[in-house]
Amino acid sequence: MRSLFGRKEKSASAAKERLKLVLIHDRTDLPPGMMEDLRDELIEVISRHIDVDREMVSIEIAQDGRNQRLVADIPLQTPKRRRSR
Amino acid sequence: MSGKVITITSGKGGVGKTTAAANIGAALAMQGYKVTCIDADIGLRNLDVILGLENRIVYDLVDIIEGRCRLRQAMIRDKRLPELYLIPAAQTRDKSAVSPSDMARLGDELKAEMDYVIVDSPAGIERGFRNAIAPADQVVIITNPEVSAVRDADRIIGLVEAEEKGPATLIINRINAQMVQRGEMLGAEDILELLAVDLIGMVPEDSNVIVSSNRGMPVAFDDKSKAGEAFRNIAKRLAGEEVPFMDLDATPGLMDRLSRFMRSGGN
Repeated sequence: MRSLFGRKEKSASAAKERLKLVLIHDRTDLPPGMMEDLRDELIEVISRHIDVDREMVSIEIAQDGRNQRLVADIPLQTPKRRRSR
Repeated sequence: MSGKVITITSGKGGVGKTTAAANIGAALAMQGYKVTCIDADIGLRNLDVILGLENRIVYDLVDIIEGRCRLRQAMIRDKRLPELYLIPAAQTRDKSAVSPSDMARLGDELKAEMDYVIVDSPAGIERGFRNAIAPADQVVIITNPEVSAVRDADRIIGLVEAEEKGPATLIINRINAQMVQRGEMLGAEDILELLAVDLIGMVPEDSNVIVSSNRGMPVAFDDKSKAGEAFRNIAKRLAGEEVPFMDLDATPGLMDRLSRFMRSGGN
């Protein structure tokens, strides 16, 4: 966001953001491609029951204290019949 | 008497493990506790020079483990304080000369006579680190406000937990308050959020640390040094006293936020 206003990000914030990602990776030590596989399989299972917006599905690992949490955001497909105003 | 073994470790080298071990040991002894510091960095010993006891070494850690001397013979007494001892590392051997169970046994033996046993761990995550944490009742991780040191601290915190020696507590060493204020150095708050551990001390960057190491006088002896004060405070906290954190950063409200964070965070 800050770069949009032409201001250079302070190096401490850059360090913090970079560390966040590195630590999640270090702590979980997932094989490469596993998140993509997991995402595809989840979409497949869930779409058997509900229509999901495949393009918008996001799966990530979030930090929760010293524990990691798998967070999936799976938007449902917008119903075809739209209410018009 | 049954004392407590506290291991100081870090993962990354050069963040201040030996300085912290020397000063925490000295500060606890200044408070009147019986303290033995063990240098577990076999082959790269340094706690002796930081404490200024390098000329008095006869026997070392490996001599005790291999039965060439009695425990007492290898304990060098620091004459400046009533009850501070050092067990130096062997300089001509390597880490494989000692095993984690040797260290656990030595820790038990020392605890019978001492209030505190401070173990200075080598850098790394291998045998030397495992030796150093084997006798620990409490593990203190030391880090600097730099990406590499914080990352390594996180690894070590995980390993300490896996060895069931946790929860570890954290010392952030060499904080440059001006840089933190300018947003050019990670602040304590940021580091605690990233590592999600309890803080036991913050030590400012202080040129007196080098001056005192030149003389072999732990900076904790220096009343005027900020770093010395920080280490004395850490020793008090380790001994169970509640000491407020020094305000290293003049940003208004930071200390309030930090103490609130610490109350809500941790376990």
